[in-house]
Amino acid sequence: MPPEPVCFAAAFAPGLLDPDCRVPQVVTGPNGKAAGKRYDVYRNNVTVSLIDALAAIYPAVQRITGTDFFRAMARFHVRSSPPTSPLLFEYGRGFPDFIAQYEHAQTMPWLADVARIERAWLDAYHARDATPLDPAQLGAVAPERLADLVLIPHPAAQIVRSDYSAVTIFAANRESAPVDRIDASTPEDALITRPGFDVIVRHLPAGGAVFATCLTQGRTLGEAAALALEASADFDIAVNIAGLVEAGAFTSIDFGDA
Amino acid sequence: MTATTGPVRPTPLRFPLPIGGVAGTSFKHEHLGAILEAGRQRGFFEVHAENYMGAGGPPHRALEAIRRYHPLSLHGVCMSIGGPQPLDKAHLARFRGLVARYQPALVSEHLAWSTHATSFFNDLLPLPYTAATLRHVCDHIDQMQEAIRRPILLENPSTYLAFAESTISETDFIRSVAERTGCSLLLDVNNVFVSATNHGFSALDYLADFPLSRVGEIHLAGHDAQSDDDGEPLLIDSHDGPVADAVWKLYEIVIERCGPVPTLIEWDSKIPDWPVLQAEAAAAQAILDRCGITVPAEDRHAA
Repeated sequence: MPPEPVCFAAAFAPGLLDPDCRVPQVVTGPNGKAAGKRYDVYRNNVTVSLIDALAAIYPAVQRITGTDFFRAMARFHVRSSPPTSPLLFEYGRGFPDFIAQYEHAQTMPWLADVARIERAWLDAYHARDATPLDPAQLGAVAPERLADLVLIPHPAAQIVRSDYSAVTIFAANRESAPVDRIDASTPEDALITRPGFDVIVRHLPAGGAVFATCLTQGRTLGEAAALALEASADFDIAVNIAGLVEAGAFTSIDFGDA
Repeated sequence: MTATTGPVRPTPLRFPLPIGGVAGTSFKHEHLGAILEAGRQRGFFEVHAENYMGAGGPPHRALEAIRRYHPLSLHGVCMSIGGPQPLDKAHLARFRGLVARYQPALVSEHLAWSTHATSFFNDLLPLPYTAATLRHVCDHIDQMQEAIRRPILLENPSTYLAFAESTISETDFIRSVAERTGCSLLLDVNNVFVSATNHGFSALDYLADFPLSRVGEIHLAGHDAQSDDDGEPLLIDSHDGPVADAVWKLYEIVIERCGPVPTLIEWDSKIPDWPVLQAEAAAAQAILDRCGITVPAEDRHAA
Protein backbone atom coordinates (compact mmCIF):
# COMPACT_ATOMS: atom_id res chain seq x y z
CA MET A 1 0.00 0.00 0.00
CA PRO A 2 1.34 3.47 -0.85
CA PRO A 3 1.61 5.81 2.16
CA GLU A 4 -1.56 7.83 2.77
CA PRO A 5 -1.34 11.62 2.40
CA VAL A 6 -2.08 13.70 5.52
CA CYS A 7 -5.52 12.52 6.45
CA PHE A 8 -8.28 15.12 5.95
CA ALA A 9 -10.16 13.83 8.98
CA ALA A 10 -7.09 14.17 11.21
CA ALA A 11 -6.83 17.80 10.07
CA PHE A 12 -10.57 18.51 10.33
CA ALA A 13 -11.44 16.82 13.64
CA PRO A 14 -9.33 18.53 16.35
CA GLY A 15 -10.96 21.96 16.03
CA LEU A 16 -14.50 20.61 16.23
CA LEU A 17 -14.46 20.55 20.04
CA ASP A 18 -11.55 22.91 20.66
CA PRO A 19 -12.36 26.59 20.13
CA ASP A 20 -8.66 27.48 20.43
CA CYS A 21 -7.80 25.36 17.41
CA ARG A 22 -7.41 27.30 14.18
CA VAL A 23 -9.53 26.62 11.11
CA PRO A 24 -7.89 23.65 9.36
CA GLN A 25 -5.78 24.62 6.36
CA VAL A 26 -7.23 21.86 4.21
CA VAL A 27 -10.64 23.57 3.93
CA THR A 28 -11.75 26.49 1.81
CA GLY A 29 -14.80 28.52 0.80
CA PRO A 30 -15.81 28.76 -2.87
CA ASN A 31 -13.08 30.23 -5.13
CA GLY A 32 -10.58 30.30 -2.29
CA LYS A 33 -12.81 32.42 -0.03
CA ALA A 34 -12.27 32.29 3.74
CA ALA A 35 -13.84 29.31 5.46
CA GLY A 36 -13.83 30.47 9.10
CA LYS A 37 -17.57 30.91 9.56
CA ARG A 38 -18.14 27.87 7.40
CA TYR A 39 -15.98 25.67 9.62
CA ASP A 40 -17.73 27.23 12.63
CA VAL A 41 -21.01 25.74 11.39
CA TYR A 42 -19.52 22.28 11.99
CA ARG A 43 -18.05 23.29 15.35
CA ASN A 44 -21.46 24.59 16.36
CA ASN A 45 -23.38 21.56 15.05
CA VAL A 46 -21.12 19.16 16.91
CA THR A 47 -21.04 21.06 20.20
CA VAL A 48 -24.73 21.97 20.29
CA SER A 49 -25.91 18.50 19.28
CA LEU A 50 -23.81 16.87 22.01
CA ILE A 51 -24.99 19.37 24.64
CA ASP A 52 -28.55 18.65 23.46
CA ALA A 53 -27.86 14.94 23.90
CA LEU A 54 -26.83 15.50 27.52
CA ALA A 55 -29.89 17.72 28.08
CA ALA A 56 -32.10 14.91 26.77
CA ILE A 57 -30.48 12.37 29.10
CA TYR A 58 -30.44 14.69 32.17
CA PRO A 59 -33.68 16.76 32.04
CA ALA A 60 -34.08 16.96 35.85
CA VAL A 61 -30.51 18.21 36.27
CA GLN A 62 -31.21 20.87 33.64
CA ARG A 63 -34.45 21.88 35.32
CA ILE A 64 -32.69 22.23 38.67
CA THR A 65 -29.73 24.25 37.39
CA GLY A 66 -31.56 26.24 34.72
CA THR A 67 -30.73 26.02 31.02
CA ASP A 68 -27.80 28.45 30.91
CA PHE A 69 -25.99 26.86 33.85
CA PHE A 70 -26.63 23.39 32.45
CA ARG A 71 -25.42 24.19 28.95
CA ALA A 72 -22.25 25.85 30.21
CA MET A 73 -21.52 22.82 32.43
CA ALA A 74 -22.38 20.38 29.63
CA ARG A 75 -20.14 22.27 27.17
CA PHE A 76 -17.12 21.66 29.43
CA HIS A 77 -17.96 17.97 29.61
CA VAL A 78 -18.63 17.60 25.87
CA ARG A 79 -15.27 19.18 25.08
CA SER A 80 -13.30 17.07 27.54
CA SER A 81 -15.21 13.80 27.04
CA PRO A 82 -16.83 13.49 23.60
CA PRO A 83 -18.80 10.32 22.94
CA THR A 84 -16.93 7.21 21.89
CA SER A 85 -20.01 5.38 20.59
CA PRO A 86 -22.37 6.41 17.79
CA LEU A 87 -25.24 5.42 20.10
CA LEU A 88 -26.00 8.69 21.87
CA PHE A 89 -28.21 7.02 24.47
CA GLU A 90 -24.97 5.50 25.78
CA TYR A 91 -23.37 8.94 26.13
CA GLY A 92 -22.78 10.86 29.35
CA ARG A 93 -21.85 8.02 31.71
CA GLY A 94 -19.04 10.22 33.08
CA PHE A 95 -21.32 13.25 33.50
CA PRO A 96 -22.45 12.54 37.10
CA ASP A 97 -18.80 12.32 38.26
CA PHE A 98 -18.06 15.48 36.29
CA ILE A 99 -20.95 17.27 38.04
CA ALA A 100 -19.65 16.10 41.43
CA GLN A 101 -16.35 17.88 40.72
CA TYR A 102 -17.74 20.88 38.84
CA GLU A 103 -16.72 24.02 40.69
CA HIS A 104 -20.00 25.86 40.23
CA ALA A 105 -22.14 22.89 41.33
CA GLN A 106 -20.56 22.50 44.77
CA THR A 107 -23.55 24.19 46.43
CA MET A 108 -25.74 21.34 45.10
CA PRO A 109 -23.99 18.25 46.50
CA TRP A 110 -27.00 16.08 45.62
CA LEU A 111 -26.94 17.04 41.93
CA ALA A 112 -24.56 14.25 40.86
CA ASP A 113 -26.79 11.63 42.50
CA VAL A 114 -29.85 13.00 40.70
CA ALA A 115 -27.82 12.64 37.49
CA ARG A 116 -26.93 9.04 38.43
CA ILE A 117 -30.62 8.25 38.77
CA GLU A 118 -31.33 9.86 35.38
CA ARG A 119 -28.54 7.85 33.72
CA ALA A 120 -29.93 4.66 35.29
CA TRP A 121 -33.42 5.64 34.12
CA LEU A 122 -32.22 5.75 30.48
CA ASP A 123 -30.38 2.45 30.82
CA ALA A 124 -33.56 0.87 32.15
CA TYR A 125 -35.53 2.41 29.27
CA HIS A 126 -33.30 0.74 26.66
CA ALA A 127 -32.61 -2.49 28.58
CA ARG A 128 -33.48 -5.89 27.14
CA ASP A 129 -37.16 -6.75 27.60
CA ALA A 130 -37.88 -9.50 30.11
CA THR A 131 -40.91 -10.76 31.99
CA PRO A 132 -40.58 -10.06 35.72
CA LEU A 133 -40.86 -12.79 38.33
CA ASP A 134 -44.45 -13.62 39.28
CA PRO A 135 -44.78 -12.95 43.05
CA ALA A 136 -46.82 -16.17 43.31
CA GLN A 137 -43.72 -18.15 42.35
CA LEU A 138 -41.87 -16.82 45.35
CA GLY A 139 -44.92 -17.38 47.53
CA ALA A 140 -44.92 -21.05 46.52
CA VAL A 141 -41.37 -21.68 47.72
CA ALA A 142 -41.17 -23.95 50.79
CA PRO A 143 -40.04 -21.85 53.81
CA GLU A 144 -36.98 -24.04 54.48
CA ARG A 145 -35.66 -23.38 50.98
CA LEU A 146 -36.03 -19.58 51.06
CA ALA A 147 -32.64 -18.76 52.63
CA ASP A 148 -30.70 -20.58 49.91
CA LEU A 149 -32.43 -19.28 46.83
CA VAL A 150 -30.86 -16.84 44.40
CA LEU A 151 -32.92 -14.33 42.42
CA ILE A 152 -31.96 -13.56 38.83
CA PRO A 153 -31.98 -9.77 38.31
CA HIS A 154 -34.10 -8.16 35.61
CA PRO A 155 -31.93 -6.55 32.87
CA ALA A 156 -33.39 -3.11 33.70
CA ALA A 157 -32.94 -3.28 37.49
CA GLN A 158 -30.43 -0.90 39.06
CA ILE A 159 -29.71 0.63 42.47
CA VAL A 160 -28.41 4.15 43.06
CA ARG A 161 -27.42 5.11 46.62
CA SER A 162 -27.36 8.69 47.86
CA ASP A 163 -26.47 10.56 51.05
CA TYR A 164 -29.07 13.12 49.99
CA SER A 165 -32.76 13.17 49.09
CA ALA A 166 -31.92 12.33 45.49
CA VAL A 167 -35.06 10.30 44.77
CA THR A 168 -37.40 13.05 45.95
CA ILE A 169 -35.44 15.71 44.06
CA PHE A 170 -35.34 13.54 40.92
CA ALA A 171 -39.07 12.81 41.04
CA ALA A 172 -40.03 16.44 41.62
CA ASN A 173 -37.90 17.68 38.73
CA ARG A 174 -38.89 15.12 36.09
CA GLU A 175 -42.38 16.66 36.26
CA SER A 176 -43.36 20.05 34.95
CA ALA A 177 -45.32 20.99 38.10
CA PRO A 178 -43.80 23.62 40.40
CA VAL A 179 -41.38 22.19 42.97
CA ASP A 180 -41.85 22.98 46.67
CA ARG A 181 -38.85 23.40 48.89
CA ILE A 182 -37.22 19.98 49.46
CA ASP A 183 -35.12 19.06 52.50
CA ALA A 184 -32.14 17.55 50.70
CA SER A 185 -30.47 16.09 53.77
CA THR A 186 -32.32 12.74 54.12
CA PRO A 187 -30.32 9.89 52.57
CA GLU A 188 -32.37 8.14 49.89
CA ASP A 189 -31.51 5.06 47.85
CA ALA A 190 -33.22 4.46 44.52
CA LEU A 191 -34.40 1.28 42.84
CA ILE A 192 -34.82 1.69 39.10
CA THR A 193 -36.80 -0.98 37.21
CA ARG A 194 -38.81 -1.45 34.04
CA PRO A 195 -41.15 -4.42 34.52
CA GLY A 196 -43.19 -3.50 31.42
CA PHE A 197 -42.62 -0.46 29.24
CA ASP A 198 -42.60 2.22 31.92
CA VAL A 199 -39.47 2.91 33.94
CA ILE A 200 -40.17 3.00 37.68
CA VAL A 201 -37.98 4.81 40.23
CA ARG A 202 -38.66 3.90 43.88
CA HIS A 203 -37.24 4.98 47.18
CA LEU A 204 -35.82 1.88 48.92
CA PRO A 205 -36.59 1.40 52.64
CA ALA A 206 -33.90 1.08 55.34
CA GLY A 207 -31.30 -1.55 54.47
CA GLY A 208 -33.00 -2.06 51.11
CA ALA A 209 -30.07 -0.92 48.98
CA VAL A 210 -27.63 -3.35 50.61
CA PHE A 211 -30.21 -6.11 50.33
CA ALA A 212 -31.06 -5.41 46.68
CA THR A 213 -27.40 -4.96 45.70
CA CYS A 214 -26.46 -8.30 47.29
CA LEU A 215 -29.32 -10.05 45.52
CA THR A 216 -28.50 -8.58 42.11
CA GLN A 217 -24.89 -9.68 42.65
CA GLY A 218 -26.07 -13.28 43.04
CA ARG A 219 -25.95 -13.68 46.82
CA THR A 220 -28.53 -15.97 48.40
CA LEU A 221 -31.61 -14.50 50.06
CA GLY A 222 -30.23 -15.54 53.47
CA GLU A 223 -26.85 -13.86 52.91
CA ALA A 224 -28.46 -10.70 51.52
CA ALA A 225 -30.83 -10.44 54.50
CA ALA A 226 -28.01 -10.93 57.01
CA LEU A 227 -25.90 -8.20 55.38
CA ALA A 228 -28.88 -5.85 55.19
CA LEU A 229 -29.60 -6.37 58.90
CA GLU A 230 -25.97 -5.65 59.66
CA ALA A 231 -26.24 -2.39 57.71
CA SER A 232 -29.55 -1.34 59.22
CA ALA A 233 -31.22 -2.64 62.36
CA ASP A 234 -34.57 -1.46 60.95
CA PHE A 235 -34.32 -3.75 57.93
CA ASP A 236 -37.60 -5.61 57.30
CA ILE A 237 -37.10 -8.59 55.00
CA ALA A 238 -40.78 -9.17 54.24
CA VAL A 239 -41.40 -5.56 53.19
CA ASN A 240 -38.19 -5.43 51.16
CA ILE A 241 -38.55 -8.66 49.25
CA ALA A 242 -42.21 -7.93 48.44
CA GLY A 243 -41.28 -4.44 47.25
CA LEU A 244 -38.46 -5.64 45.01
CA VAL A 245 -40.51 -8.43 43.42
CA GLU A 246 -43.49 -6.16 42.92
CA ALA A 247 -41.28 -3.54 41.24
CA GLY A 248 -40.03 -6.18 38.80
CA ALA A 249 -36.42 -6.32 39.99
CA PHE A 250 -36.08 -10.04 39.20
CA THR A 251 -36.99 -12.44 36.42
CA SER A 252 -36.69 -15.85 38.04
CA ILE A 253 -35.63 -17.97 40.99
CA ASP A 254 -32.51 -20.10 40.93
CA PHE A 255 -32.28 -22.84 43.56
CA GLY A 256 -28.77 -23.82 42.51
CA ASP A 257 -27.92 -27.44 43.40
CA ALA A 258 -29.62 -27.31 46.77
CA MET B 1 -28.96 -15.03 11.30
CA THR B 2 -26.67 -13.54 13.91
CA ALA B 3 -26.97 -10.45 16.04
CA THR B 4 -30.74 -9.99 15.88
CA THR B 5 -31.69 -7.33 18.36
CA GLY B 6 -34.97 -8.79 19.49
CA PRO B 7 -37.16 -11.81 19.88
CA VAL B 8 -37.81 -14.03 16.86
CA ARG B 9 -41.09 -13.07 15.25
CA PRO B 10 -43.49 -15.84 14.25
CA THR B 11 -44.61 -14.18 11.02
CA PRO B 12 -42.17 -12.04 9.05
CA LEU B 13 -43.52 -8.57 8.32
CA ARG B 14 -42.05 -8.48 4.86
CA PHE B 15 -43.35 -5.65 2.69
CA PRO B 16 -43.36 -5.98 -1.06
CA LEU B 17 -40.61 -4.03 -2.81
CA PRO B 18 -40.40 -1.52 -4.34
CA ILE B 19 -42.81 0.90 -2.68
CA GLY B 20 -43.18 3.18 -5.71
CA GLY B 21 -44.07 6.84 -5.87
CA VAL B 22 -45.21 7.28 -2.30
CA ALA B 23 -44.56 10.18 0.07
CA GLY B 24 -43.55 9.48 3.67
CA THR B 25 -42.30 11.29 6.74
CA SER B 26 -39.75 10.98 9.50
CA PHE B 27 -41.25 8.98 12.37
CA LYS B 28 -41.15 10.83 15.68
CA HIS B 29 -42.39 9.17 18.87
CA GLU B 30 -44.61 12.12 19.77
CA HIS B 31 -46.69 11.31 16.68
CA LEU B 32 -47.16 7.61 17.45
CA GLY B 33 -50.67 7.98 18.89
CA ALA B 34 -51.94 10.06 15.97
CA ILE B 35 -50.39 7.71 13.41
CA LEU B 36 -51.81 4.56 14.99
CA GLU B 37 -55.22 6.17 15.36
CA ALA B 38 -55.33 6.85 11.63
CA GLY B 39 -54.61 3.16 10.94
CA ARG B 40 -53.36 1.75 7.68
CA GLN B 41 -52.82 4.40 5.02
CA ARG B 42 -50.67 5.25 2.05
CA GLY B 43 -47.17 6.39 2.94
CA PHE B 44 -44.04 5.20 4.70
CA PHE B 45 -41.95 6.15 7.70
CA GLU B 46 -38.24 6.73 8.04
CA VAL B 47 -36.26 6.36 11.26
CA HIS B 48 -32.66 6.97 12.20
CA ALA B 49 -31.29 3.46 12.64
CA GLU B 50 -29.14 4.36 15.69
CA ASN B 51 -32.20 5.30 17.76
CA TYR B 52 -33.32 1.66 17.62
CA MET B 53 -30.03 0.01 18.50
CA GLY B 54 -30.88 -0.39 22.16
CA ALA B 55 -31.63 -3.91 23.43
CA GLY B 56 -35.32 -3.37 24.17
CA GLY B 57 -37.88 -1.01 25.62
CA PRO B 58 -40.39 1.51 24.25
CA PRO B 59 -38.43 2.45 21.07
CA HIS B 60 -38.79 -1.08 19.70
CA ARG B 61 -42.43 -1.30 20.74
CA ALA B 62 -43.14 1.92 18.84
CA LEU B 63 -41.24 0.81 15.75
CA GLU B 64 -42.97 -2.59 15.74
CA ALA B 65 -46.34 -0.83 15.89
CA ILE B 66 -45.41 1.44 12.97
CA ARG B 67 -43.91 -1.40 10.95
CA ARG B 68 -47.04 -3.53 11.34
CA TYR B 69 -48.99 -1.28 8.97
CA HIS B 70 -46.42 0.73 7.05
CA PRO B 71 -43.30 0.27 4.95
CA LEU B 72 -40.19 1.41 6.76
CA SER B 73 -37.08 3.25 5.65
CA LEU B 74 -34.00 2.67 7.81
CA HIS B 75 -31.76 5.71 7.59
CA GLY B 76 -28.29 5.32 9.08
CA VAL B 77 -26.62 8.53 10.24
CA CYS B 78 -23.50 7.27 12.04
CA MET B 79 -21.76 4.65 9.87
CA SER B 80 -19.04 7.16 8.96
CA ILE B 81 -18.76 5.75 5.43
CA GLY B 82 -16.86 8.83 4.25
CA GLY B 83 -14.12 8.59 6.88
CA PRO B 84 -10.68 7.13 6.27
CA GLN B 85 -10.76 4.70 9.18
CA PRO B 86 -12.29 1.20 9.03
CA LEU B 87 -16.00 0.86 9.77
CA ASP B 88 -17.01 -0.09 13.32
CA LYS B 89 -17.67 -3.86 13.19
CA ALA B 90 -20.00 -3.77 16.18
CA HIS B 91 -22.01 -1.02 14.51
CA LEU B 92 -22.25 -3.04 11.29
CA ALA B 93 -23.53 -6.02 13.27
CA ARG B 94 -26.15 -3.87 15.00
CA PHE B 95 -27.25 -2.49 11.63
CA ARG B 96 -27.53 -5.98 10.19
CA GLY B 97 -29.65 -7.00 13.17
CA LEU B 98 -32.06 -4.11 12.63
CA VAL B 99 -32.44 -4.86 8.92
CA ALA B 100 -33.16 -8.51 9.71
CA ARG B 101 -35.65 -7.61 12.43
CA TYR B 102 -37.64 -4.88 10.69
CA GLN B 103 -37.30 -5.82 6.99
CA PRO B 104 -37.22 -2.20 5.81
CA ALA B 105 -38.30 -1.29 2.28
CA LEU B 106 -35.41 1.19 2.05
CA VAL B 107 -31.97 1.31 3.70
CA SER B 108 -29.75 4.36 3.39
CA GLU B 109 -26.58 6.03 4.66
CA HIS B 110 -24.67 9.25 4.06
CA LEU B 111 -21.68 10.32 2.03
CA ALA B 112 -20.12 11.79 5.17
CA TRP B 113 -18.14 10.85 8.26
CA SER B 114 -18.85 11.29 11.97
CA THR B 115 -16.19 9.32 13.82
CA HIS B 116 -12.46 9.97 13.94
CA ALA B 117 -10.02 8.05 16.14
CA THR B 118 -12.22 7.26 19.15
CA SER B 119 -14.46 10.34 19.05
CA PHE B 120 -18.00 10.35 17.69
CA PHE B 121 -18.95 13.89 16.59
CA ASN B 122 -22.67 13.40 15.92
CA ASP B 123 -22.62 15.42 12.72
CA LEU B 124 -22.40 14.63 9.01
CA LEU B 125 -18.92 15.91 8.24
CA PRO B 126 -17.61 16.59 4.72
CA LEU B 127 -14.84 14.82 2.82
CA PRO B 128 -12.59 15.74 -0.08
CA TYR B 129 -13.33 14.05 -3.39
CA THR B 130 -10.12 12.33 -4.54
CA ALA B 131 -9.06 8.93 -5.87
CA ALA B 132 -8.07 7.93 -2.32
CA THR B 133 -11.37 8.90 -0.70
CA LEU B 134 -13.28 7.28 -3.57
CA ARG B 135 -11.49 4.02 -2.79
CA HIS B 136 -12.30 4.26 0.92
CA VAL B 137 -15.95 5.10 0.34
CA CYS B 138 -16.37 2.21 -2.11
CA ASP B 139 -14.69 -0.24 0.29
CA HIS B 140 -16.95 0.91 3.10
CA ILE B 141 -20.11 0.61 1.04
CA ASP B 142 -19.05 -2.87 -0.15
CA GLN B 143 -18.54 -3.81 3.48
CA MET B 144 -21.90 -2.44 4.59
CA GLN B 145 -23.79 -4.05 1.72
CA GLU B 146 -22.13 -7.35 2.47
CA ALA B 147 -23.02 -7.05 6.16
CA ILE B 148 -26.71 -6.30 5.60
CA ARG B 149 -26.92 -8.49 2.46
CA ARG B 150 -28.64 -5.86 0.31
CA PRO B 151 -27.74 -2.67 -1.55
CA ILE B 152 -27.98 0.64 0.24
CA LEU B 153 -29.04 4.08 -0.95
CA LEU B 154 -26.23 6.63 -0.55
CA GLU B 155 -27.29 10.21 0.21
CA ASN B 156 -25.63 13.28 -1.31
CA PRO B 157 -24.43 15.64 1.45
CA SER B 158 -25.16 19.26 2.26
CA THR B 159 -21.84 21.03 2.86
CA TYR B 160 -20.63 24.40 4.09
CA LEU B 161 -17.07 24.29 2.83
CA ALA B 162 -14.83 22.48 0.37
CA PHE B 163 -11.39 20.82 0.49
CA ALA B 164 -8.51 22.28 -1.48
CA GLU B 165 -7.31 18.77 -2.31
CA SER B 166 -10.54 17.72 -4.11
CA THR B 167 -9.97 16.67 -7.71
CA ILE B 168 -13.35 15.14 -8.56
CA SER B 169 -16.74 16.86 -8.71
CA GLU B 170 -19.34 15.65 -6.21
CA THR B 171 -21.64 14.31 -8.94
CA ASP B 172 -18.79 12.44 -10.65
CA PHE B 173 -17.71 11.06 -7.29
CA ILE B 174 -21.22 9.85 -6.48
CA ARG B 175 -21.64 8.35 -9.95
CA SER B 176 -18.36 6.43 -9.61
CA VAL B 177 -19.36 5.14 -6.16
CA ALA B 178 -22.70 3.91 -7.49
CA GLU B 179 -21.10 2.26 -10.53
CA ARG B 180 -18.36 0.54 -8.52
CA THR B 181 -20.47 -0.65 -5.57
CA GLY B 182 -23.87 -1.15 -7.20
CA CYS B 183 -25.48 1.02 -4.55
CA SER B 184 -28.52 3.14 -5.31
CA LEU B 185 -28.79 6.84 -4.49
CA LEU B 186 -30.85 8.89 -2.13
CA LEU B 187 -31.17 12.33 -3.68
CA ASP B 188 -31.68 14.97 -1.02
CA VAL B 189 -33.03 17.90 -3.01
CA ASN B 190 -32.73 20.27 -0.06
CA ASN B 191 -29.06 19.30 0.27
CA VAL B 192 -28.55 20.14 -3.40
CA PHE B 193 -30.13 23.56 -2.88
CA VAL B 194 -28.19 24.22 0.34
CA SER B 195 -24.84 23.19 -1.19
CA ALA B 196 -25.52 25.07 -4.43
CA THR B 197 -26.14 28.28 -2.47
CA ASN B 198 -23.19 27.72 -0.16
CA HIS B 199 -20.72 26.96 -2.94
CA GLY B 200 -22.17 29.23 -5.60
CA PHE B 201 -23.04 26.61 -8.20
CA SER B 202 -26.29 26.01 -10.06
CA ALA B 203 -28.62 23.45 -8.49
CA LEU B 204 -30.03 22.72 -11.94
CA ASP B 205 -26.56 22.00 -13.33
CA TYR B 206 -25.90 19.69 -10.38
CA LEU B 207 -29.15 17.83 -11.06
CA ALA B 208 -28.31 17.63 -14.77
CA ASP B 209 -25.01 15.94 -13.82
CA PHE B 210 -26.51 13.72 -11.16
CA PRO B 211 -27.08 10.04 -12.09
CA LEU B 212 -30.86 10.30 -11.70
CA SER B 213 -31.43 6.79 -13.07
CA ARG B 214 -29.96 5.39 -9.85
CA VAL B 215 -32.17 7.44 -7.50
CA GLY B 216 -34.31 5.17 -5.31
CA GLU B 217 -35.44 7.71 -2.72
CA ILE B 218 -35.72 11.48 -2.41
CA HIS B 219 -35.43 13.61 0.72
CA LEU B 220 -37.02 17.01 1.22
CA ALA B 221 -36.45 19.16 4.29
CA GLY B 222 -36.36 22.69 5.60
CA HIS B 223 -33.22 24.78 5.95
CA ASP B 224 -32.10 27.85 7.82
CA ALA B 225 -30.10 30.89 6.64
CA GLN B 226 -26.94 32.44 8.11
CA SER B 227 -24.08 34.26 6.43
CA ASP B 228 -20.45 33.42 5.68
CA ASP B 229 -17.24 35.42 6.33
CA ASP B 230 -18.06 37.76 3.43
CA GLY B 231 -21.67 38.30 4.44
CA GLU B 232 -22.92 36.03 1.66
CA PRO B 233 -25.83 33.70 2.46
CA LEU B 234 -24.83 30.41 4.06
CA LEU B 235 -27.69 27.93 4.27
CA ILE B 236 -27.85 25.45 7.15
CA ASP B 237 -29.39 22.01 6.64
CA SER B 238 -31.45 22.27 9.83
CA HIS B 239 -34.45 19.96 9.22
CA ASP B 240 -36.50 22.16 11.54
CA GLY B 241 -39.12 23.71 9.30
CA PRO B 242 -41.21 23.38 6.14
CA VAL B 243 -39.65 22.68 2.75
CA ALA B 244 -38.68 25.92 0.96
CA ASP B 245 -40.52 26.95 -2.21
CA ALA B 246 -37.34 26.80 -4.30
CA VAL B 247 -36.78 23.21 -3.12
CA TRP B 248 -40.33 22.23 -4.07
CA LYS B 249 -39.68 23.65 -7.55
CA LEU B 250 -36.47 21.61 -7.93
CA TYR B 251 -38.33 18.56 -6.66
CA GLU B 252 -40.97 18.93 -9.37
CA ILE B 253 -38.23 19.10 -11.99
CA VAL B 254 -36.60 15.96 -10.57
CA ILE B 255 -39.89 14.03 -10.52
CA GLU B 256 -40.64 15.07 -14.11
CA ARG B 257 -37.27 13.57 -15.07
CA CYS B 258 -37.17 10.54 -12.74
CA GLY B 259 -40.78 9.48 -12.61
CA PRO B 260 -42.30 8.47 -9.27
CA VAL B 261 -39.71 7.90 -6.54
CA PRO B 262 -40.44 7.34 -2.82
CA THR B 263 -40.11 10.78 -1.23
CA LEU B 264 -39.52 11.60 2.40
CA ILE B 265 -40.23 14.78 4.34
CA GLU B 266 -37.44 15.00 6.92
CA TRP B 267 -38.20 16.98 10.06
CA ASP B 268 -35.85 16.32 12.97
CA SER B 269 -36.06 19.27 15.34
CA LYS B 270 -38.74 21.78 16.40
CA ILE B 271 -41.07 18.88 15.57
CA PRO B 272 -44.53 20.17 14.56
CA ASP B 273 -47.89 18.55 15.30
CA TRP B 274 -48.59 15.51 13.15
CA PRO B 275 -51.06 17.26 10.78
CA VAL B 276 -48.35 19.78 9.77
CA LEU B 277 -45.91 17.02 8.84
CA GLN B 278 -48.71 15.09 7.16
CA ALA B 279 -49.56 18.16 5.06
CA GLU B 280 -45.96 18.40 3.81
CA ALA B 281 -46.11 14.75 2.79
CA ALA B 282 -49.44 15.37 1.05
CA ALA B 283 -47.83 18.20 -0.92
CA ALA B 284 -45.08 15.84 -2.07
CA GLN B 285 -47.66 13.18 -2.92
CA ALA B 286 -49.56 15.67 -5.07
CA ILE B 287 -46.40 16.40 -7.07
CA LEU B 288 -45.64 12.68 -7.39
CA ASP B 289 -49.17 12.05 -8.65
CA ARG B 290 -49.14 15.04 -11.01
CA CYS B 291 -45.60 14.97 -12.39
CA GLY B 292 -44.50 11.42 -11.81
CA ILE B 293 -46.02 9.89 -14.91
CA THR B 294 -44.00 6.76 -15.47
CA VAL B 295 -41.13 7.57 -17.77
CA PRO B 296 -39.84 4.86 -20.11
CA ALA B 297 -36.61 3.45 -18.71
CA GLU B 298 -34.37 4.68 -21.53
CA ASP B 299 -35.57 8.27 -21.09
CA ARG B 300 -34.69 8.32 -17.41
CA HIS B 301 -31.04 8.70 -18.28
CA ALA B 302 -31.66 11.85 -20.26
CA ALA B 303 -31.41 14.44 -17.53
